[in-house]
Amino acid sequence: MNIPSKDPSVRSSSLRVRGLFKRFGAFTALHGIDLDVASGEFVCFLGPSGCGKTTLLRAIAGLDRQDQGSIEIGGVDVSNAPPSERDFGIVFQSYALFPNLTVADNIAYGLVNRRTPRAEIETRVSSLLALVGLPDQGKKFPIQLSGGQQQRVALARALATSPGLLLLDEPLSALDARVRLHLREQICDLQRRLGVTTIMVTHDQEEALTMADRIVVMNHGVIEQIGTPNEIYRRPATAFVADFVGKMNFFHGTLFEKGKVSFAGINVACDDCRGFLPGSPVSVGLRPEEVRVRNVSPDDVNALHAEVEELEFMGAFCRAKLGIAGVKTPLFADFSANLMRDLAVERGQKIWVALPPEALRVFPNGEAHAQEVAA
Amino acid sequence: MSIAASPEHATAVAARPARRLLSEERIANGLLLVLCLALVVGIVLPLWALLSKAFLNAAGQFVGLANFGAYFSNPILMDSLFNSVWVAVLSTAIVIPLAFTYAYALTRTCMPAKPFFYALALLPLFAPSLMSALSLVYIFGNQGFAKGLLFGHSIYGPIGIVISQVTYTFPHAMLILVTALSISDGRLYEVADALGTPKRRIFFTVTLPGARYGLISAAFVVFTLVITDFGIPKVIGGQFNVLATDVYRAVVGQQNFEMGAVVGMILLVPAILAFVVDRATNRRQVALLSARAVPYQPKPSSRRDLGFTAYCLFVGLLLAVALGIAIWASFIKYWPYNLSLTLNNYNFQRYEPMGWAPYFTSLQMAALTAIIGTAIIFTGAYLIEKTQASPVMRAFAHFLAMMPVAVPGLVLGLGYIFFFNAPWNPLNFLYATLAILVINTVTHFYTVSHITCLTALKQIDREFEAVSASLKVPFWRTFRRVTVPICMPAILDVAVYMFVNALTTVSAVIFLYGAGTKLASISIVHMDEAGFIAGAAAMATLLVGTAIGVKALHIVLDRFVFGRLQAWRQR
Repeated sequence: MNIPSKDPSVRSSSLRVRGLFKRFGAFTALHGIDLDVASGEFVCFLGPSGCGKTTLLRAIAGLDRQDQGSIEIGGVDVSNAPPSERDFGIVFQSYALFPNLTVADNIAYGLVNRRTPRAEIETRVSSLLALVGLPDQGKKFPIQLSGGQQQRVALARALATSPGLLLLDEPLSALDARVRLHLREQICDLQRRLGVTTIMVTHDQEEALTMADRIVVMNHGVIEQIGTPNEIYRRPATAFVADFVGKMNFFHGTLFEKGKVSFAGINVACDDCRGFLPGSPVSVGLRPEEVRVRNVSPDDVNALHAEVEELEFMGAFCRAKLGIAGVKTPLFADFSANLMRDLAVERGQKIWVALPPEALRVFPNGEAHAQEVAA
Repeated sequence: MSIAASPEHATAVAARPARRLLSEERIANGLLLVLCLALVVGIVLPLWALLSKAFLNAAGQFVGLANFGAYFSNPILMDSLFNSVWVAVLSTAIVIPLAFTYAYALTRTCMPAKPFFYALALLPLFAPSLMSALSLVYIFGNQGFAKGLLFGHSIYGPIGIVISQVTYTFPHAMLILVTALSISDGRLYEVADALGTPKRRIFFTVTLPGARYGLISAAFVVFTLVITDFGIPKVIGGQFNVLATDVYRAVVGQQNFEMGAVVGMILLVPAILAFVVDRATNRRQVALLSARAVPYQPKPSSRRDLGFTAYCLFVGLLLAVALGIAIWASFIKYWPYNLSLTLNNYNFQRYEPMGWAPYFTSLQMAALTAIIGTAIIFTGAYLIEKTQASPVMRAFAHFLAMMPVAVPGLVLGLGYIFFFNAPWNPLNFLYATLAILVINTVTHFYTVSHITCLTALKQIDREFEAVSASLKVPFWRTFRRVTVPICMPAILDVAVYMFVNALTTVSAVIFLYGAGTKLASISIVHMDEAGFIAGAAAMATLLVGTAIGVKALHIVLDRFVFGRLQAWRQR
C-alpha cells in the first residue's frame, strides 16, 4: 500500500498559509490568517459557527478561493490552483457518498480515473475497507449502512488516492453521541498509523482537545491562539479562548502591583501578569475546577469566605455557585463527587475556598467573551 | 510576508496554466457560453426582432409609436382588446373557485380515490387546447344535440370561448392551488381547534390566508393562458375577435407584420406581469412555512368527504365530457344523424392533402424536442447549479432560462418569423424546417423544465463536486456516473413534459411550419377552418391518445423497469 510514512526525517511543513483574506460582501470571513502545519500533524480548527474555520478549510481545498494571500501544500504554491490540482482528500459532515454507487465503487472512485489496473484497485479497496473496519461491506449501497459506517466509507474514499493532506469538515457532527466517541478514536488511530497530515474543523471543544496534536482557535475570522490542547486549556491566550474551551470565572479588576490584582475590594495574589503595567484594568479568570476547598484555612493565600448559593448536580461532579461577601459576580466551582461526600457540602453552607495564584489568569479588560458579567 | 515575491513562486504560477490548457473550469465556462449563446438566439434575439418590428413601418423605417397609434385608433382592433380582457377576466373568475374547491378536496379532505381525481383533472393537459372547443361544437354547435339549451345564443363566440378556456386552464390552476394548499402547518389548525374556533372561521383565518399567494399566482397564470391562447378562439370564436386571432389574421392573412408585432407586444404585458407576480408570490409562499411546520393531516368526516367526492365527480365528469365528446364524435359516421361507428374520419386524405403525414411529423418533432431539449436543459441546469464556472455567466444563463415562461407561444412564434425569416440572418435557412420547430418548442417550454431540473439538482448533496475534485475526477465524469443516474426520475419527467407539450402546442408553431413540416396540431386548425370538424376531432383524438399513452408508458416504466435499476434507493 502506498501510504505516507511517519518517518521523522521527512517531517517538514506540509501546509503553509500566509496572509489569507476572504470577504463575503461586507462580512470578513478570514482576516489575515498565517498558519503552518507540519507533516504528519493532526490539527483542529476550533471555533463557534461563523468564525471562519470552514471558510479556511475550503480555501485550503480550493473550493472557495481566497481574496488575498497564499497557500502552499507540500511545498507547492497552489494559491490559484483549482481543487483538482491540489493534493488532498476531504470528508464532509454530510458524508457526500454517491448513493447510486456501491461502497466499493465509492472508494474506488478516485482510483478508476488514474487508470489503475482493475486487480490493483480491488486489492486497494479491500485493504481500505479492512482499514476502516468494514470488511465485506463493499457490495452494499451507502443507504444500507449506518451513519457512522457511511462516514468511515467516506474516510476510506478520501484516503484511497493517498493524499498528502486529509481535510475533515465536521466529520462527526451528524452522528449520535455514542457513534461519535467510537469514530473519534478510530480516526485518531488511523491518522497515527498512516501519518497523514490531517486538518479537522470542529465546533466541539471536547473533540478538539482529545484528538488534535495542535488546536487552532478561531473567532471572527482571526486566529486567537494556536497551541497543543494542554496549552490551550491551561494557558489560554485570550479571554475568548478561555471561555470557549472549558469554563472560566471572570472578574473585572485592576492590576495594582506586580503579582497582585484587586477586584471588588478584594486583593489576591496572581502569578500571571503578562507584562501588564500596574494600574491597568484587567479581567481575572479562574477555571471552576481550580477553586481549592480542601484544607483551606483563613490565613491561606487568596482564601475567601463563601456561601454555597446553588448546587447543580452534573453527574461526575457538582457545580457550586458561591457567593462572596461584597462581590456581585458569583464564583463557580466544580466539586468532585468525592469531595462532596467528604465535606458533605450543602446549599446555604459557609465554606472557606482558596484561589490558587498559579491558576489565575489575567486578560486585558473589556475583551469580548461570552459569559462576561460586571463585578 | 515575502513569499509572494520569491522567484520560485513566480515560476510555479507561470508554469501552471501551460500544464492544462483545457482545465475543467475552462470547459465548464465554454459549455456555459454555448448555452448562453443558444438562449440568446432562441429567445433574446427573436424578442428583440419583435420589439424592433413594432416600431418600424413596412419599409423598415423607424416610425416611433405610430404603429401603436394606428392600433389604438382602430375601433375594431380596440374591440378585440376589450373582448380579450373581459373573456379572460370571466374565465379566471369561474375557474379559480372551481379549481380551489377541487384542490381543497384533494388536499384537505379524506375523499376516496384521490389519485384518480387528481389524474382526471389533469386530462386537459394531454390535449390541444382547442379540443374542448371541438367538443362544444359537437354539443352546442349548429348541428349540436343540446343546441336548445343555449336559448338562441350561439356557442360560436364568448360563451364557447369561456367554457373551453375554463376546461383548458382548469388543471393549470388546480396544480398551483394543490401546491399552495399542501404547504400548510398542521399545528396552526390544532391551535385554532384548541382555542375553540368554528370551522368557518378557521377557513377564513388560517386556510385562505395560507393559500392566498397560490390564489394570486393561479389567477394571473389563468388570465395569461386565456388571453394568449389561440386555438380556442380560432375554433369557436366565430365573429368574436380577440387579440390572439387578430395576430394570426394580421400576420398570416394580411401579411401586416407591423400590426402583428404591436398586438404581440400587448400580449406580452399580462404574461410578464404574471411572471413577476408568480416569482414574488412563490418566494413568500415558501417563507410561510417554517422548518418546524408539521404537514396538515385531514381527519375523516363522512358528510364533508361525501360532498367533496360528489363535487369532484361532477367537475371531473365535465372535464372528461369536454374531451370525450370530441373523441367519441371522431368515430361517428355522420354527426348527429348517423351515430354508427366508423374509422373513416381517420382517413385524413379525405380532408387534407398531407393525410397522416402531419401526425408523423408531430411525433418526430416531439421526440426530437424531448431528447434534445431534455439533454440541453438538464446539462444547462447542472452547469448553472453545480459547477465552478464564472458566477456572472451562471447568473446570466439562469436569467435567460427563466425568460421563456414570460413569453406567450404566439409572441414567441412571431419573434421567430421576424428573426429567422429576416433576409440578413445567416440562420434563415432554418425557416420552415423541422429544426426551427424543435428549437422553438424547446425554447417555449424551457423554463418549467429548467426549474424541475434545478429542483432535482438542489436536492443532491452539494459536496459531490468538491469530493470529485479532491479525487481528481473531472466534473463531467461525476455528471455521467452520479448526477444523471440520481436525477433520472426528474429527467424522465422533463422529457415526457416536453414530448406532450410539443405534441399539443399550436400557438408558436403555427407561424413556423413549412410545406413538408406541417404538424398535427396545425392540421387540426386547418381541417376545422375548412369545415372538416370530424377530421379535426380525429386528429385531436390521435394526439390525446399518443400523449396519454406516452405518459402511461412513463408511469409503467418508472414503476417496473427503472425501479429495478434504482435498487440503491431502497434500504
